[in-house]
Amino acid sequence: MIEIRALTKIYDGTPAVEDVTLTVEPGQIAALVGTSGSGKTTLLRMINRLVEPTSGQVLIDGRDTREGPAHLLRRRIGYAIQGHGLFPHRTVAQNIGTVPRLLGWPAEKIRDRVDELLTLFQMEPDAFRDRMPFDLSGGQQQRVGVARALAAKPDLLLMDEPFGALDPVIRAKAQADLRDIQRRLGTTLILVTHDMEEAVTLGDRIAVMDKGRLVQYAPPSEILTAPATPFVRDLIGLDQRPFHLLSLTPAFALAAEGHAAGPVLPRDASLRDALAECLWSGRDALPVEGGGVITLAALRAQAAPAARAAE
Amino acid sequence: MTGRVLLGAALLVLLAFLARPGSFAPLFDPFTCNNAAAIYTQTPLWSLTLSHLALVGIAVLASTVVALVLAVLVTRPSGREFLPLARTITSVGQTFPPVAVLALAVPIMGFGAGPTLVALFLYGLLPVFENTLAGLTGQPRNVAEAARGMGLTPRQRLWQVDLPLALPVILGGMRLTAVISLGTATIGSTVAARTLGEVIIAGLLSANTAFVLQGGMVVGIIAVLIHAGFQGLERRAAARIGLAR
Repeated sequence: MIEIRALTKIYDGTPAVEDVTLTVEPGQIAALVGTSGSGKTTLLRMINRLVEPTSGQVLIDGRDTREGPAHLLRRRIGYAIQGHGLFPHRTVAQNIGTVPRLLGWPAEKIRDRVDELLTLFQMEPDAFRDRMPFDLSGGQQQRVGVARALAAKPDLLLMDEPFGALDPVIRAKAQADLRDIQRRLGTTLILVTHDMEEAVTLGDRIAVMDKGRLVQYAPPSEILTAPATPFVRDLIGLDQRPFHLLSLTPAFALAAEGHAAGPVLPRDASLRDALAECLWSGRDALPVEGGGVITLAALRAQAAPAARAAE
Repeated sequence: MTGRVLLGAALLVLLAFLARPGSFAPLFDPFTCNNAAAIYTQTPLWSLTLSHLALVGIAVLASTVVALVLAVLVTRPSGREFLPLARTITSVGQTFPPVAVLALAVPIMGFGAGPTLVALFLYGLLPVFENTLAGLTGQPRNVAEAARGMGLTPRQRLWQVDLPLALPVILGGMRLTAVISLGTATIGSTVAARTLGEVIIAGLLSANTAFVLQGGMVVGIIAVLIHAGFQGLERRAAARIGLAR
């Protein structure tokens, strides 16, 4: 469990992060969202002490992060950043093995771990182990960057705009993979992003930062339906609200008895995908893989929070 | 490709000339007058070349080590305030004429290789220092950030990330230093250091253009070869870190 207590960072008299308190439960994903300059990256970097807080505390599983030297703390916390930051002079295997090597793991254990991670990220170990970073595609570099962050099996993973340098198609896939891997490993994840869409897709909870302050910290559905301030509402974007909301629920959850014709919607597609398919194919109802149908009326009801609240 | 062939040819000519300078006499004859000797034979040319190279090698090594250490020190947080001082020292080393260094050093160190070594050492500091500085400070930001974030200590970052990534630029600095020193070392012979300058000075004193030419030619060819050698190393080091040029 990560507890951030009254954390403040002041640069030259101006607070970059001011009195932020929040808790991230084990195995959860917290997404820090905000405009640039909102302090979200500073907040993240204070967790592994890349930035030393002016005041306040960070507790990881009850232990104050200020105990002991910063570099030992950082080896326990995974860290992945935008543009991956891979060491250009080291092979893929050496890059992934960085922290295990710092921790003094035996060579054989490191090798096994590297192969395990490459397999997990769908990269054939024999084909990729000895490649150099510049020899990889952007998506592959990003995956190696995340694999490197996970190498020493950290309980906590920090990510700063990890998908920022990827094009939209690869990004969606990378996000889905990350979600999948995070669920499987049970790693706690704190992620900085400026993209509300990404925060909604990935976050179990979203922390909205504005001018160094935490304005709202809540599950995505609550952020979308009950934004705490006009700033939060603006960040979501009025035109995007219903779609974000629909993207939170998988299609099978809304499937009802009935019969519909046409191609079947995959079970784990979101309601947003269902709506898109309805509109595109001109159908009022879609069959869902595994039984049941989704109707346009049900989607409409789901996308209108006011209607839901009245129920 | 043509470059390689030309370099190979230059190397062959150089080796042949050093092994049997006598057979090149007809080539240098036109530059002599009054039946003077066409080839310098006072000291064997190969022996002068070796001591010339040794002198330059030692000087380049010394200035590289000192400049590297200086550059690393002034890029550490605790040494940052000494950056202007280090810059001044290395710049003065470069701008102070080597001849003047010789003149000042001889009364202290006496004649021989010593004063020349000092002059070359001072002269060679700047390129390595400035290049190392550029290499260490010009790292990709997210690589440095990732290294810190993963828990490398400052020393580990220096040895495992910063220096390997700066290597091509550092080699570039060493190349400049080596080539400059190779030419400058010739003046060492004015204070009795054994260098190829001896041949050139003998030529100047006896108005024998052939001597001047052969001394200059040997130094010139070696400079070109060393220049190419370093460039090869730089290319390799750059390719290793994905900066293939």
